[in-house]
Amino acid sequence: MFGRILQLLIKELLQFRRDRSARFRLLIPPVIQMLVFGYAATFEVFDVSTAILDQDRTQESRALTAAFVHSSRFRVTLSAATRQQLRDAVERSDAQVGLVIPPGFAELLRKGQTSPVQAVVDGTNSNTALIALGYVGQIAGTFGQDYAQDLARRTGRARGRPLVSVSLEERYWYNPNLNSRWFFVPGVIGSVLLITIVNLSAFAIVREREVGTLEQIMVTPIRPVEFLIGKTLPFFLIGLVEVAITTTVGMLWFQVPFRGSFLVLLAGTSLFLLCVLALGLLISTLCATQQQAFATNFFVLNPMFILSGFSFPIASMPEFLQWLTYLDPLRYFLVIIRATFLKGVGMEILWHQMLALAAIAFGLLAVAVLRFRKSLD
Amino acid sequence: MTDAVVEVEGLSKRFGAILAVDGLGFSVGAGEIFGLVGPDGAGKTTTMRMLASVMRPDEGHVVVDGIDVLAHPEQTKRHVSYMPQRFGLYDDLTVDENIRFYADLFEVPAELWRQRAETLLAASDMTRFRTRLAGQLSGGMKQKLGLSCALVHTPRVLLLDEPTTGVDPLSRREFWQILYGLRAEGVAMVISTAYLDEAERCDRLALLHRGRLMYCDTPAGLKARMPGAMLEIASPEPRRLRDAVQGLPGVEGVLLVGIGAHVHVDDAAARLPQIAQALAAAGVETTRMETVAPTIEDLFVALLERGEKAS
Repeated sequence: MFGRILQLLIKELLQFRRDRSARFRLLIPPVIQMLVFGYAATFEVFDVSTAILDQDRTQESRALTAAFVHSSRFRVTLSAATRQQLRDAVERSDAQVGLVIPPGFAELLRKGQTSPVQAVVDGTNSNTALIALGYVGQIAGTFGQDYAQDLARRTGRARGRPLVSVSLEERYWYNPNLNSRWFFVPGVIGSVLLITIVNLSAFAIVREREVGTLEQIMVTPIRPVEFLIGKTLPFFLIGLVEVAITTTVGMLWFQVPFRGSFLVLLAGTSLFLLCVLALGLLISTLCATQQQAFATNFFVLNPMFILSGFSFPIASMPEFLQWLTYLDPLRYFLVIIRATFLKGVGMEILWHQMLALAAIAFGLLAVAVLRFRKSLD
Repeated sequence: MTDAVVEVEGLSKRFGAILAVDGLGFSVGAGEIFGLVGPDGAGKTTTMRMLASVMRPDEGHVVVDGIDVLAHPEQTKRHVSYMPQRFGLYDDLTVDENIRFYADLFEVPAELWRQRAETLLAASDMTRFRTRLAGQLSGGMKQKLGLSCALVHTPRVLLLDEPTTGVDPLSRREFWQILYGLRAEGVAMVISTAYLDEAERCDRLALLHRGRLMYCDTPAGLKARMPGAMLEIASPEPRRLRDAVQGLPGVEGVLLVGIGAHVHVDDAAARLPQIAQALAAAGVETTRMETVAPTIEDLFVALLERGEKAS
C-alpha cells in the first residue's frame, strides 16, 4: 500500500516539475497578490480632493481653511467663488468633498455660540465618503475646541463656555498604527493558499479523468483511497511550502510582525489544507473536463473569499449570510493566521477555530471520497 | 470448457431505457484470442469495461481464474490487464517513466520490469524512443506503448477494446505479432474490433448485436453456418450491378466489394444462370462470376440480416 502511494507521489512531483504552467500558478500569483494587496489595498484615506467656498472671509474662516490645507488627509484643490463652482467641482469629480463656510461664521464664534459649516461629500464610494466625513468632523471639532479655549482665556471666561470635556485616549492593540498592510498580508496568505491549492488539486484529478489515466489506474490493484492519498499528498506539501514562502515575504518584505508560534500556524494550515484539498477533490468529482473545473472553481471560490471576512466585516452581513460564513473554512483560517501573526495567541484561544476546521475537513473529505468512489462506476 | 480462464455468465447492463448488454455468456481459455465483433452500439465496449471491472454489471458474473471479479476485485486485478481504445498515458512522462509507473502500481520488482520492458519495447520497435515524452509519440507508437504498459506485469488475461483503431497498418501488424507471442505464452485475450480482417485472426468470435450474443464460434465454424453460397461478380459498374441483382428470386443480400459485388444466394448452381441472364438483359458489364468462400464481412452482414429478420 505505502509503496504504491509513494510511487504515485513520485510521479506527481515528476509531473509537477515538468509542468511549467503549474509552477507558474504556484509561484507567480501569490507573489503578485502579495504585492497588490500589500501596497494597493488600504482602508486609509489620504489626500481627499477638497473644494472650499469661504463666504465669510474672516480671520476665523481662513484659520479653518488652513486647518484643512495643512491636514494630510485633505488636499484643497479649489477655492470656489460661488456655490455653482463648488457644485461643478464635485460633479466633475475634481473634488470629493466640498466645504462651505457661510457668512457670519466668525460672528457666531466670537459670541461663543455654535457656528455651522456645511460639508458636501461625494457618496459614490460610500466607504471613502464616510471616512472622509469623519476626518472633516475631527478637524472641525479640534478647531472649535481650540477656538473656545482661546476665547475663554482671552475674555477671562466671560465668553467661551467653560470646558468640560471627556478626552479620549485611544490605544489600538496589536496594530497600534492601524496599518492596513498588517491586516491584509496575513489574509492574502490564506486566500492565495485557498485559490492555488483548490485549483491545482482539482485540475490534477480532472486531468487524469479527461486523459483516461484515471480509469487505467483503477484497473490496477491500487485502491481508490490509496489513489486519493497519493494524489493529494503532493499538494498538501506544496501548500505548506507556499505558506512558508508567503509568510517569509510578509515578515521580511512587508515587515508584518509574527508574534505567535509557527507550530500553531502549522497546525492551522494543515487543517485548512485538508479542507481545501477535500474541496478540490469534490469539485473534481463534479467535473468531466478541466474547463468545467475552471468555471466551477470560480463560482465556489469567489463567495468563499467574500464570506471569509477577508475584507468585508462578517458582523455587518445580513444574518443569513453570517450563518453561511460558518461553513467557510477560510473564515476560521483567517482568524488563526491573523491571530498568530498579530496577537501572538496560541491553542488556548484558537482551539475553537481548529475544531471547526477539523469538522469541516472531516465532512468535506467524507462527501468527496464517497462521491469519488461513485464517480468511478 | 474446463480450462477456461475467463468465464462470463448472464452479464447485463442497462443505461436508462436501453439494455446495452443483455444476458451475455461465454468463456475464454488460456492461449486463446477471443474476438468480440458487432456494429457500433452492439455493447462491445460496455462488455469490455465490465470484464475489466471499471463498470459494475446490473446482473451476471465475471469469473477470472475461478475468482469472482465483483466479489474480490483486488485479487483478480493483479492478473488482468485492460487496454481501452485510448490507453491512458501520461503525456508529460517519458516512455520509460510510463512503463515504470504502471509496473510500480502492480508492484513488479525492479529487475523484473526492466527486463520485461526491454523485451516489450524491442518487440514493438520502440527501444530508441525510451527517453521520449509520451506526448510526442505518434498514435501507433502510443498504442504500442500502451500495450507495453498493459503487459509489464505479465497478466494472464488481456482485455483489448478496439486497440488498433486509428493505428497504421504496419503498427497493426507488429501489434498482432505481439498478441500471437502472448498466445504462445498462454495469455487469454478478449479483443473487440471494428476491423473484420482482424476478426479473422481470432481463434473464436462472438457476434454481438444490440447487446445480445448472436453467434459464437471459430471463424471457420461461423462460415460453415452461412446458409446458401456467396457469388463474387467482378464488374466495372458495381452500383448498377447491385440494382440489377437486388430483388431477384433467391438473392439474400448484395455487398459491394473492391472488384464488384458479393451476392449472397440460397443456391449457387440454380441462381448463377438466372443472375447472368438478368445482368445481360440489363446491360451490366461483368468480367467474372464465380462461387467464393465467404469472408467474415459477408458472414457478418448475412448473419445480422438473418438475425434482424428473426427478431
